[in-house]
Amino acid sequence: MRLLVSLLLCLCIPAALAAEANAPKLDVGKGGECVKDTQWMRKNHMHMLKHQRNETVRKGVRVEAEAFKACVECHASTSDNSVTAREDSFCVGCHRYAAVKIDCFECHASKRKEALAKKETK
Amino acid sequence: MSDIDTQRRQFLKTSAGAAAIAIAPGMMLYQTAHGDTAEASSKVRWGMLIDTAQCKEGCNDCVTACNKENGLSGKTGTTDSQWIRKIEIKDISNGHTVSLPMMCQHCEHPPCVDVCPTNASFKRADGIVLVDRHLCIGCRYCMMACPYKARSFVHETLEDQNPDVPRGKGTVEACSLCVHRIDKGQIPACAEACQNKAILFGDLNDANSEIHKKVRSVATVQIRADLQLNPGVRYQGL
Ligand code: SF4
Ligand code: SF4
Repeated sequence: MRLLVSLLLCLCIPAALAAEANAPKLDVGKGGECVKDTQWMRKNHMHMLKHQRNETVRKGVRVEAEAFKACVECHASTSDNSVTAREDSFCVGCHRYAAVKIDCFECHASKRKEALAKKETK
Repeated sequence: MSDIDTQRRQFLKTSAGAAAIAIAPGMMLYQTAHGDTAEASSKVRWGMLIDTAQCKEGCNDCVTACNKENGLSGKTGTTDSQWIRKIEIKDISNGHTVSLPMMCQHCEHPPCVDVCPTNASFKRADGIVLVDRHLCIGCRYCMMACPYKARSFVHETLEDQNPDVPRGKGTVEACSLCVHRIDKGQIPACAEACQNKAILFGDLNDANSEIHKKVRSVATVQIRADLQLNPGVRYQGL
């Protein structure tokens, strides 16, 4: 049994390390402390978003820190204000790597509100 | 964990976290301090009263404000979204005309909700009828069922939407009573923009509200009241 565990560990650790090394380099934008830790968010952000969207749209419960807008606000690039504009943009970079299509931005704004406001007054 | 990552964490640990205080691992205090987390209440019935005597012919301020607030193009072609329209009606027997804004009437018994096959059209507890675009498949049954022609279909890909008003191709939309503003305690953009005070917004159920008092004291009508949908939008002087 012990042998099996250590064998598994031996196999897993290099794999995990390799995954970290190959992980996409992202432009995290302003970044900062998230509502949950990074690893939790990597794994579960979609569940959080889906839960929050139902609460917000259907019941009117608006938790500011967990709002979709808040994600964009923190993670839009500080150079182009977007989470999708470039290969290494916060959302695109990871979704490319994981080969998962993002539908969110067909409706949701992918830029900071201030950037959009600026564009309007131009 | 990569080097950069650990450094970043270290940096975050040492930097003065002015905006957030950790109350438990992964949970920040600002989560509880900010945002209106109250659910829409069924004790409330949001509605509007439109005074046609105050509404000026040719004035389009409410429509312009709506377009700006919700990021609509303002075009009025057959495939353009219009959430609110100004209409002029004329009594052909004597030529008397009235001008009024027309939008989703936020029916108590909304046919759009009845026909929706996906549950995307729904009525919120406080009476606001909305489309949950996450579920809408764009079948447009609701557009056909609405007696007020209140809904529009988004035909083209959209960009740079207002972050408060997500909207996109392939889904149906209509006046949301500016739900994103109501949840912040503001009034709808059209009501705010009307200089003639022709649009009165409020809670029809609240005995102390201006709209409740006015509906009780002056004669108001619902458009196509014969359909018994009990719209939340009422008109005065029709
Ligand atoms: S006016 Fe039309 S879209 Fe609005 S609630 Fe009534 S049926 Fe639905
Ligand atoms: S177009 Fe969307 S909201 Fe309207 S009936 Fe079909 S699924 Fe429901």
